[in-house]
Amino acid sequence: MNAPRRLDLDAAMPWLGSIVVVLLGSLVFPTFLSLEYLLTQTQIAAFLGVLAAGAMVVILLGHIDLSVPWTLGWAAIVSTTLAGTGDPLWQAFAIPAALAVGAVIGVINGVGVALFRIPSMVWTLAVNAILLGSSVLFTGGFNPKGEASPLMSLLATGRSFGVPNAFLVWIALSVLLLWLLHRTSLGRYLIAIGHSEKATWLSGVGTTSVTFVAFVIAGLCSALGGVLLAGYANQAYQSMGDPYLMPVIAAVVIGGTSILGGRGSYIGTVGGALFITLLTSILSVMQIGEAFRQIVFGSIIIIMLVVQNLRRRETSR
Amino acid sequence: MSNAWSDRLLGNPRELFAAVFLAMALALYLGTHPSGASTYVLTIWANQATLLALVAMAQFFAVLVRGLDLSVGAIMALCNVVASHLVSGSALELAFGSATVLLVGLACGIVNGVIIVYGRLQPIVATLATAAIYGGIALWVRPTPGGIIDYDLADRMTLDVAGVPVALIIIAGIVLLFWLPLKRTGFGLSLYATGSSEQAAWQSGTPVAAVRIGAFALAGLFAGLAGTYVGFVTTTGDAGIGPNFTLNSIAAIVLGGVALRGGVGSLIGAIIGAFILKTISALMFFSGLPPLAQPFVEGLILALAIAIGGADVLRLRNRLEAFER
Repeated sequence: MNAPRRLDLDAAMPWLGSIVVVLLGSLVFPTFLSLEYLLTQTQIAAFLGVLAAGAMVVILLGHIDLSVPWTLGWAAIVSTTLAGTGDPLWQAFAIPAALAVGAVIGVINGVGVALFRIPSMVWTLAVNAILLGSSVLFTGGFNPKGEASPLMSLLATGRSFGVPNAFLVWIALSVLLLWLLHRTSLGRYLIAIGHSEKATWLSGVGTTSVTFVAFVIAGLCSALGGVLLAGYANQAYQSMGDPYLMPVIAAVVIGGTSILGGRGSYIGTVGGALFITLLTSILSVMQIGEAFRQIVFGSIIIIMLVVQNLRRRETSR
Repeated sequence: MSNAWSDRLLGNPRELFAAVFLAMALALYLGTHPSGASTYVLTIWANQATLLALVAMAQFFAVLVRGLDLSVGAIMALCNVVASHLVSGSALELAFGSATVLLVGLACGIVNGVIIVYGRLQPIVATLATAAIYGGIALWVRPTPGGIIDYDLADRMTLDVAGVPVALIIIAGIVLLFWLPLKRTGFGLSLYATGSSEQAAWQSGTPVAAVRIGAFALAGLFAGLAGTYVGFVTTTGDAGIGPNFTLNSIAAIVLGGVALRGGVGSLIGAIIGAFILKTISALMFFSGLPPLAQPFVEGLILALAIAIGGADVLRLRNRLEAFER
């Protein structure tokens, strides 16, 4: 009976952390408690959260996807290039085409990991290198021309009833993923493979196809993140995804998902994305330099993880 | 006994494959280089490859005990900027500065090891966080690239002695004077034992905690060496060099036949892998391919080399064997 409760507490950590960060920040800057500030933060957190959602599915499986930066980059390039043509027909295809690119990259990742059984850490790294190279080939090494379509801008920067649309997109994706993880056999298979792929395969589950599906979901989420970021910046630019790789993994991990797979909570991942966004925002508002921001960032992640581990040892006694 | 040598050669077929691949790539490079196989060409190639080889060695020690170190690039950057403050002046100052730089690397590695072992964190996660910390400190020490590293010393470390690049002498020295002796010590054996099966190693009396901390300390030390060597090549300090080296170090050791699951591979394999990666990049530069196509082809070759190295799935007799890897 201990297991589920323990998991819930792990998932609650980044949420508690977010509250603490906002309250501490508000001691210095009272505006942190204003609705407007918090709503803006949910918009920024949505970009990280959408990317982290895909990463979480793959990490739950016991793998990792290091191709996030350039999957995101290619989705942004494709969508802004199509939107930049100005032709309404092409513009309508901007988002579907970007998502299709993400799915194809997910399949390529799946081929290496599930069929050839190459460690995902190196294979997705190699795929990322190929994506980087092909984008240089495609764009000529300059920032790609093009702009966001009206729909992309609306999704990334618009608001409905005062709530940022990006946040609503994130909520919709989250509901879908929660259903997938908790109400379908796919979700159970993901966790089972994370525990023991051998045992899952011997029980008659097509582990290869489950791995494929997981990487395709990750590719789709990375692409959606790319579309939103391109909509936010109204352009795609070289290596726009690079700063996101590490925060994405950090968001998943401080949300209580084991990097070895088989144990994790999606709600925790959402909290992780919120926490990292709030922490980054408050450190930069307090005008703490980039150097100290990184030091504080790293230290807090270590402290949170160690606290989670110590508590886990307490409860398992 | 008669086939001890063939056994040794075939002990790790991936390493052998990597060595053959490197020989072919290097022959192609020297054969196609516009100015031929001169000492100058060889020295530049060796310097670039040695940079990555030192980081790959750092990564190798972490991976050997079934850990991945995402902070090697950050430690390298930190040591590089510290060197740009300390490694200049009189001979005494140079010696003191170099020693301090290596101690910084060693200390970072020990901190990693202690957090991983006593905080019971997964190495990849713990070093993801410490990488942010070390990178932050590096940025604090030197916010913008600059500083100076003693030119005479840098020249001595990056040119050649009697036609042999110093970089290659350094690599040979590390292998002959450090790695081969280390493998025969109890600590060397414990590294492999801990990586193969931590539980079995622990049950047979290996001080697993100390061994793992030791492995990460070595990773830090070699990352420090790499940072110092970057300083010798560029003669400045730059806090931003880390991330690329971290990711390439992982690719390098895998190319060199080191298994990410731990316990398999050798320092020599890690070196070969790093040299392959840099030789491919160098080949691209003189290949006559349009510059814009070079990163793409480089990525393709990297993926292909990894796929061939990892594709012994085709040799499996039984589907279940695939899960053991």
